[in-house]
Amino acid sequence: MTTMTLAKALNAGLRQAMEDDPKVVVMGEDVGALGGVFRITDGLQKDFGDARVIDTPLAESGIVGTAVGLAMRGYRPVVEIQFDGFVYPAYDQIVCQVAKIHFRSRGKVRVPMVIRIPFGGGIGAVEHHSESPEAQFVHTPGLKVVACSNPADAYAMIQQAVHSDDPVVFLEPKRLYHSTKAEVDESAPPAPLWQSRVVRPGADATLVAYGPTVSTCLDAATVAAEEGRSLEVIDLRTLSPLDLVPVVESVRRTGRLVVVHEAHVTLGVGAEIAARVTEECFHSLEAPVLRVGGFDTPYPPARIEEDFLPDLDRILDAVDRTFGF
Amino acid sequence: MTDPVFGPAPEQTPEPELVQLLTPEGERVHHPGFDVDFTADELRGFYRDMTLVRRLDVEATALQRHGELGLWAQLLGQEAAQIGAGRALAPQDFVFPTYREHGVAWCRGVDPVRLLALFRGVDQGDWDPDEHNFGLYTIVIGAQTLHATGYAMGIQRDGLVGTGDPERDTAVVAHFGDGASSQGDVNEAFVFAASFNAPVVFFCQNNQWAISEPFERQSRIPLYRRSQGFGFPGIRVDGNDVLATYAVTKAALQRARDGQGPILIEAYTYRMGAHTTTDDPTRYRLSDDVEHWKLKDPIARLEVYLRRNGLADDAFLAEVAAEADALGERMRRECHALPDPSTHDLWDVVHAEKTAELAAQQAEYDAHAATFEEARR
Ligand SMILES: Cc1ncc(C[n+]2csc(CCOP(=O)(O)OP(=O)(O)O)c2C)c(N)n1
Repeated sequence: MTTMTLAKALNAGLRQAMEDDPKVVVMGEDVGALGGVFRITDGLQKDFGDARVIDTPLAESGIVGTAVGLAMRGYRPVVEIQFDGFVYPAYDQIVCQVAKIHFRSRGKVRVPMVIRIPFGGGIGAVEHHSESPEAQFVHTPGLKVVACSNPADAYAMIQQAVHSDDPVVFLEPKRLYHSTKAEVDESAPPAPLWQSRVVRPGADATLVAYGPTVSTCLDAATVAAEEGRSLEVIDLRTLSPLDLVPVVESVRRTGRLVVVHEAHVTLGVGAEIAARVTEECFHSLEAPVLRVGGFDTPYPPARIEEDFLPDLDRILDAVDRTFGF
Repeated sequence: MTDPVFGPAPEQTPEPELVQLLTPEGERVHHPGFDVDFTADELRGFYRDMTLVRRLDVEATALQRHGELGLWAQLLGQEAAQIGAGRALAPQDFVFPTYREHGVAWCRGVDPVRLLALFRGVDQGDWDPDEHNFGLYTIVIGAQTLHATGYAMGIQRDGLVGTGDPERDTAVVAHFGDGASSQGDVNEAFVFAASFNAPVVFFCQNNQWAISEPFERQSRIPLYRRSQGFGFPGIRVDGNDVLATYAVTKAALQRARDGQGPILIEAYTYRMGAHTTTDDPTRYRLSDDVEHWKLKDPIARLEVYLRRNGLADDAFLAEVAAEADALGERMRRECHALPDPSTHDLWDVVHAEKTAELAAQQAEYDAHAATFEEARR
């Protein structure tokens, strides 16, 4: 057991993946000597050399596009997109190439690669540094999309994503990188990658979240417990495929569901969950599925981002509303 | 190295020829292509601009350190490149900046406090581009080079190129960095500009670093030669020499206004500071390099020249220093006083015509916010 920040856990996980498989290469802007702007790749170039930890030219389409070629040649690229808002220059490569090559080739060509994206807000940054683009990838068949929320998962999930034969968009909650610390058991068997998990059991209502909002939901559950309400919190972990088995099971017990994410509410991951849970649990639901998320505006200037981000009040407000029906 | 079949590889000279009019030692030198005379007032003006812009930068960096700004992108060392380029503009010319063009913004009359507002997170840099002929800061690397090209194509269609009327003929400048030169957008901008002969000057400040990545990671040839492959000329200028950047940019702008199409200027300079206030350059670069470039300081060399030639005396220098102090003081004061934006207004500016859905979301937010107001009472 080692106590690690989420950033350190990702670093350790990447290191392990590189040790396990010499075909794993890390690439992106500033991932070498600097160790990435968030230091997730810290020390890797020093230990694995610059053929395996590649500082690329400043070109996201180039980064992802060349990773496709490397993957076709038997390598396992792990690319870093510096910030969520800078994935769009690579969007064409991700959506039209990465996601489709397996299908197009009827399974003959595989592109096992991981596209790591630090996502979400709450760090007081300027424009394009706080976005939640997950729905755009979840809406793209051929991509798998996962989001970690804590150090132990981060350590395991990054390795599982690297080992996957499918391309994985790997979302990292940047606001938690250095602020969360937890024990990581490097020898523990990891939870399956494509599964959601109940992170706090409860009986009265269900909260579903992923990435940065998991810890907010856990805090909300703590507050609710003081007020006598028992909230179950589920960490989705995987957004594509979406694992709703624990969610459906939970809602059948609690009858109430609130989905929480930072991304814009309209056509976000929460919308899909609401639709599917309504279909599966119609007769168990005591209230409509509610969503708490970012407003349908571009991410605002940092001084008012706290209003944009789902916080305890908005989550507990939504919980109250589900009890009001 | 010449391949017997494919011919020579591009030259790999480490420090290729660059236009210089003022040496680091403050000696005036002459260049046949840019035989420009400067009046004493012009020279003093350059000095004043560079000094004030350096102060602006130092002050903003300090404000960030005091927690007043979330971030600041420093321009330390790039004053000559920006003031030279900025002062070469005609009033009708239009500029598309990145996020570090504080000196050009200064020349265009954008209040420095507006720049602070962006980095404080009060707004996203929402000055009126048409008021200053200075576009919005662009954070996504390279994107603005395409906008500049399209804008230049518009100017061309409006008949504001090659008329011979110096008040009418207009050019556009696209600023970007050496790192940006790798982006697809920048290369596509080159293709469009060349193909349509657009009146756009691509002004690259090669400060030799893209965060931690040295210039060699972006290009194997000197940047100014890239344009050759796209079919338009390129030139390298000493970016720490305000006279040279001014002269070269002025000539390039005139060429564009005359209808002779795009040009690439590579202002060869150095980022003395960190990439931004969150960066730690000790992780990737040698302090020797910084020391070496300090000797090429753009302001110091002009000061030497002014003094040695009796163009500036102590009184003038003291006056500029006092002006810099006043600017710093005003920035501190007005930065503190910048009001936070209103969340309520967010929904009003998503579209030109607000949708019913957004109005409903706004009302929902207002109701939520009101419960807090009540609780506070
Ligand atoms: C598309 C995109 N990718 C990555 C970034 C993050 N980023 C901001 S500045 C920068 C380096 C830019 O270097 P350069 O173009 O040389 O300009 P400089 O900052 O040195 O003036 C990077 C990678 C970004 N803003 N946009």
